[in-house]
Amino acid sequence: MLTSAAFIAIFTGPYELKPLSKQFYHIGVKALPVVLITGTVVGFVSAIQAFYQLKAMSAQGMIGGFVTASVVKELAPMLTAFVTAARVGTGISAELGTMKVTEQIDALRAMATDPVKYLVVPRLIACAIMLPVLIVFADVSGILGGYFMSIYLGMTGSFFMEEAVKFLLPGDVIAGLIKGMTFGTIIALVGCHKGLTALGGAEGVGRATASSAVNSFILIIIADFFLNYGIYAVLGL
Amino acid sequence: MIKIENLSKEFEGHQVLKGLNLRIEKGETLVVMGRSGCGKSVLLKLIIGLIPPDEGQIWVDGSEITKLNEKQMGAVRRKFGMVFQSAALFDSLTVAENVGFSLSRHTYMSRNEITHIVSEKLELVGLGGTEELMPSELSGGMKKRVSVARAISMNPEIVLYDEPTTGLDPVTSGEINFLIAELYRSLKVTSVVVTHDLKSAFTIATRMAMLHEGKMVAIDTPDEFRKNTEPVIKQFLLNM
Repeated sequence: MLTSAAFIAIFTGPYELKPLSKQFYHIGVKALPVVLITGTVVGFVSAIQAFYQLKAMSAQGMIGGFVTASVVKELAPMLTAFVTAARVGTGISAELGTMKVTEQIDALRAMATDPVKYLVVPRLIACAIMLPVLIVFADVSGILGGYFMSIYLGMTGSFFMEEAVKFLLPGDVIAGLIKGMTFGTIIALVGCHKGLTALGGAEGVGRATASSAVNSFILIIIADFFLNYGIYAVLGL
Repeated sequence: MIKIENLSKEFEGHQVLKGLNLRIEKGETLVVMGRSGCGKSVLLKLIIGLIPPDEGQIWVDGSEITKLNEKQMGAVRRKFGMVFQSAALFDSLTVAENVGFSLSRHTYMSRNEITHIVSEKLELVGLGGTEELMPSELSGGMKKRVSVARAISMNPEIVLYDEPTTGLDPVTSGEINFLIAELYRSLKVTSVVVTHDLKSAFTIATRMAMLHEGKMVAIDTPDEFRKNTEPVIKQFLLNM
């Protein structure tokens, strides 16, 4: 019900521009440092894993392609979604849950304001738009992390980049953006639903927050399977 | 102004209201009393349409609100102001943004006009100069007063107060009671006050009602209410 109400509100307006800009800043700009750190470290780890496994087959020259493909196709979208679910999704649940148990949601309705339009829609739009943007930043930082680790492991930087460009397909970037929009929608809807249905006091808010993280993680993994199947097996990107 | 007929509401097998009937006249301050958990707050939430009744009808200014959907209820709710038990100020907004919330959303007033009205309402509740404070910086009594300022910001016809003095010290309670009585005198708004604070009730009421086991056992003027021989009321008044 919340999903349908939120999508109807998105297409019918009017839009809450002030809360929307606040959510863009909170979900996008403030999440950037943690996404960049995660992306860079993922790049380091991918490069180390690739180097030693490819070395066994004397194919360490392919490290650039290996890192790029694994980061762009899977690691960056998934880990960015997990970081966002942990940081933003739980925050949404806790904030809306607290508003629910302290009668602030009732106060909104009593003042003739639709909580879905005022609270859910700005978070949904911001998550669905900002997550793909964050994934692009995670892609770039992941590839750069892999690049610097490769140099540290004795590879030449230019060769890494040549291989990286060869494996960086437009379809993979588009797939990452589609995944980002889907994961962002899941995170926002789960967070809002758990918050708006929180019951009781602080304990209820705590339960809603934990449940939001667990449900988001599970739904992201399931959605990732179907998206991979759809994008690579059916569409053949 | 508000007519309630045969209103029933049940929560998880517990019948809170059982065929309640009530009439609230324009310009009066009706105080609804009763023990904790007897359904007083539920009654207010039913009147403003925050929860639907299981049975019965509620009319506000002649239109039956129990048949309206959420969007249609929006127009009815603009006639109301509500002071919640927990004040329910929006944590992320300043005092001025809380008080001006409805004005900025439901009117075409300029920012200057809204600022002026917000200051006026805050002065009325004795909190002039607190515009830029956040709710977390306010005491319990100040939050209640900001909540009153927010409730009257749109000059509503009806104000609903849910336990306005609960949890406050006697001095602050007295100030809130004085404020409600002042609003009745100066703005002539219809008020429905839910409380179990007898002192507060006798200070502000023009009529008093007693809710017991889901029904109104008495509705009368404060003087007549004091003389009522109904055992439930006598027992309740003994605590005064």
